[in-house]
Amino acid sequence: MNAVLQTHHHYAAEFERNVAELPGAGADWLAELRRGAIDRFAAHGFPGPRDENWKYTRTAPIERRNFTCRSAAGEPLGVDQIQDVLLPNAYQLVFVNGVYRAELSNVSDMPAGVTLSSLAAVLQASPATLEGLLNRHVDQDRHPFAALNTAFVGEGAFIALAANTMLERPIQLLFVTTAAQDGHAAHPRVVVSAGDNSEATLVETHVGLGEAVSFTNLLTEVTLGRNAGLEYYRLQEESVKAFHISAVHVSQEADSRFVSTAISLGAVLSRHDIDVRLAVRGAQCSLNGLYMAAGRQHVDTHTRIDHMAPHCSSSEFYKGVLDGHGRGVFNGKVMVHPHAIKTDARQQNQNLLLSLDAEADTKPELEIYNDDVKCAHGATVGQLDADAVFYLRSRGLDETASRGLLTYAFAAEIINAIKLDAVREHLRAVVLARLPEGEHIKELV
Amino acid sequence: MSKQSIDALVKREYTAGFVTDIESDSLPPGLNEDVVRAISAKKQEPEFLLNWRLEAFRHWLTMSEPRWAHVHYPPVDFQAISYYSAPKAKTDGPKSLDEVDPELLKTYEKLGIPLHERARLAGVAVDAVFDSVSVATTFKDKLAEKGVIFCSFSEAVREHPELIEQYLGTVVPTGDNFYAALNSAVFSDGSFVYVPKGVRCPMELSTYFRINAANTGQFERTLIIADEGSYVSYLEGCTAPQRDENQLHAAVVELVTLKDAQIKYSTVQNWYPGDEQGRGGIYNFVTKRGHCRGANSKISWTQVETGSAITWKYPSCVLEGDNSVGEFYSVALANNYQQADTGTKMIHIGKNTRSTIISKGISAGHGQNAYRGLVKILKSAAGARNYTQCDSLLLGEQCGAHTFPYIETKNPTAQVEHEATTSKISDDQLFYCRQRGLSAEDAVSMIVNGFCKEVIKELPMEFAVEAQNLLGVSLEGSVG
Repeated sequence: MNAVLQTHHHYAAEFERNVAELPGAGADWLAELRRGAIDRFAAHGFPGPRDENWKYTRTAPIERRNFTCRSAAGEPLGVDQIQDVLLPNAYQLVFVNGVYRAELSNVSDMPAGVTLSSLAAVLQASPATLEGLLNRHVDQDRHPFAALNTAFVGEGAFIALAANTMLERPIQLLFVTTAAQDGHAAHPRVVVSAGDNSEATLVETHVGLGEAVSFTNLLTEVTLGRNAGLEYYRLQEESVKAFHISAVHVSQEADSRFVSTAISLGAVLSRHDIDVRLAVRGAQCSLNGLYMAAGRQHVDTHTRIDHMAPHCSSSEFYKGVLDGHGRGVFNGKVMVHPHAIKTDARQQNQNLLLSLDAEADTKPELEIYNDDVKCAHGATVGQLDADAVFYLRSRGLDETASRGLLTYAFAAEIINAIKLDAVREHLRAVVLARLPEGEHIKELV
Repeated sequence: MSKQSIDALVKREYTAGFVTDIESDSLPPGLNEDVVRAISAKKQEPEFLLNWRLEAFRHWLTMSEPRWAHVHYPPVDFQAISYYSAPKAKTDGPKSLDEVDPELLKTYEKLGIPLHERARLAGVAVDAVFDSVSVATTFKDKLAEKGVIFCSFSEAVREHPELIEQYLGTVVPTGDNFYAALNSAVFSDGSFVYVPKGVRCPMELSTYFRINAANTGQFERTLIIADEGSYVSYLEGCTAPQRDENQLHAAVVELVTLKDAQIKYSTVQNWYPGDEQGRGGIYNFVTKRGHCRGANSKISWTQVETGSAITWKYPSCVLEGDNSVGEFYSVALANNYQQADTGTKMIHIGKNTRSTIISKGISAGHGQNAYRGLVKILKSAAGARNYTQCDSLLLGEQCGAHTFPYIETKNPTAQVEHEATTSKISDDQLFYCRQRGLSAEDAVSMIVNGFCKEVIKELPMEFAVEAQNLLGVSLEGSVG
């Protein structure tokens, strides 16, 4: 109990130390929002083992470390160091240890009707722009880390698309964590507001350079107007010592489309929450993902889709590959509200256990409050098919390569569906590199 | 509390004020350690059982009511319940079928319950109808010949205390959960079955029950032990509607199978579900668990749950013996304002253990039906296999169907599959049946029975037909 209280004190003290210097500190509504959030976090604290949403994931390792809530700023970093994770032909905002770096970013040739800028800059210059947009649909009581993020909200990105804007080139938000971030926490916030009939592609990349014991607590908020479409990619490749908590909260208007692909490969402990509100008739979402854990990694994915209006559809497809002492957690909740008739919701989660010490915990949930729906979900946990391994071995592949090839094939179902060429190719290479005899398998696929 | 003071409490004699109460037929409402002692004394239990009850009671005091289930109800006042009352005298009931509520008789008719049983079910003074004692005795002789022990729990405590001491609470420990702890402290009576080595119980114990169903208590305790290589099929409950003035029911059922043994446990539960506005009705908070201790043993749960205002029940299997098998077949129906939160837990410990879960939930009216299940494959369970299917059928715009399956796998050689679907009866299906001359209610009843077929066929034969009719009766008024 004492230790718990101390942590609350730690973050409350961190808040007091930093609050005056956070961007937009002068705006009353923002000060109130931050103050309310830290009070909430202090009241609830870190989620405990009896919290159903955190049943399989212990946050004690984060709690114990008392991370400093000011990032290690000013780390020298050249473009060459991040070259291979920069998407070609994309608009880029680059954040190093959670802090925006204009000199590494690329926002030139931005078409009219598109705002892409550092959140801190907007909060500093015209905080009123964000009033009503921040924490629009975030339930801080259900998401304690969202409360923590809100308390320190400052750095991050703001993306706004005017009505009828079609953005052809993708936007990439690159978050780089360097060794200097050891012991530090970053709480970046991404706010996306897409007007009616607008269309864009957003890629969020998280990479670690050097092995820092860092804590990233990211919150992304997406609001999609009528008939707006967002293709969203999230690639999490932090270093294996990092703690990574992130959440995406999406609210969709009529006929809007949200297509998400979330890939979690890095961090010793990672947790990704997706909350989608299909608020108005005809909205659709599709959530896909791949998580891989090896060594002592723990990767947790929670999705929640609220069908709040008639004629909405959702589909989910997540796959997990768990090796070493890795542990994968999946919780997919679909909530169909009383008047959301003609709902079509599908969900699938498949897990592959590769080692004796790996573990998979999955929970596909359905809560349905009306009768005119079509809902199905499925979950499997298993190993590689012995017959398939035998088939490959009989054709001259050794055991390791056979298993590697089949593992790759399992993961590829998610990767191959990625529309953005650069992202798909990058992921292929990354996944192959993780497999034993990856070079050999590469020749085969 | 120090050990001395606990000991002092345990060994304390009854205070004088209580003596008269013990002599009377029921205890006043309220629960404290004296009540637990009084119950134990009334039943002349050996000391180990009293201590066991007290331990459970003390643990219960430290626990709080579970709130995680997907059900809503006003809090239960545990001090307002009388924890012991002697069975009612048979002569209280109606003297003949003519005096029985005609509505009740109509229901029996629909369910197809044999004539000679109706009187007993309606609570008509049994001796006036037929001589149940002689029939029961015939069965008892037959069982005794094979060495099967089948008696009330109290009788077992008196006659076979060594078996009770050896097995009681080994599957559901006293502190397992709030209601199990409460049951352990104050259970009134129940059933006890012991099937000796290599014996196949010569009859479905359900048959016996039909002849001689004991008044089920509020806190029932059942213990069934199947020794090596034995087999027994047991059915509890009844398709006939059961009225009961006790609102809270918290039973505990423990099953133990040793090597190569099998237990098939079937339940038909049709307690008073409350009226159409959701007033009244039974709270059914039950802990049921089976333990496959020996290799190649098998426990199979089949349940048809149509009654109770609130059902909170998870018949589970702990599959410890290698190659042991657990099965769970369930139909849960929630109509009007009924709420059901039911499912199972399959804990795989032994090698090559297998489990099958087939759950069919039907929601109608304002009914809320939740499947909640856990499949846990421990590291030791190499080659374990699970297949889970949970389907929901929705009838009506106000009802709800929910699924909360937990799957935890720690062994790479295990195969676990889970599937769930939710659907409603389509207008096309209904139209097709109507067109062929079926009434809307018959059509719905037929479709529902088709939906539940996989489960119903697991029931002992004589109950399967009644269970089908029961589903139809329970859904009356939900369509049209």
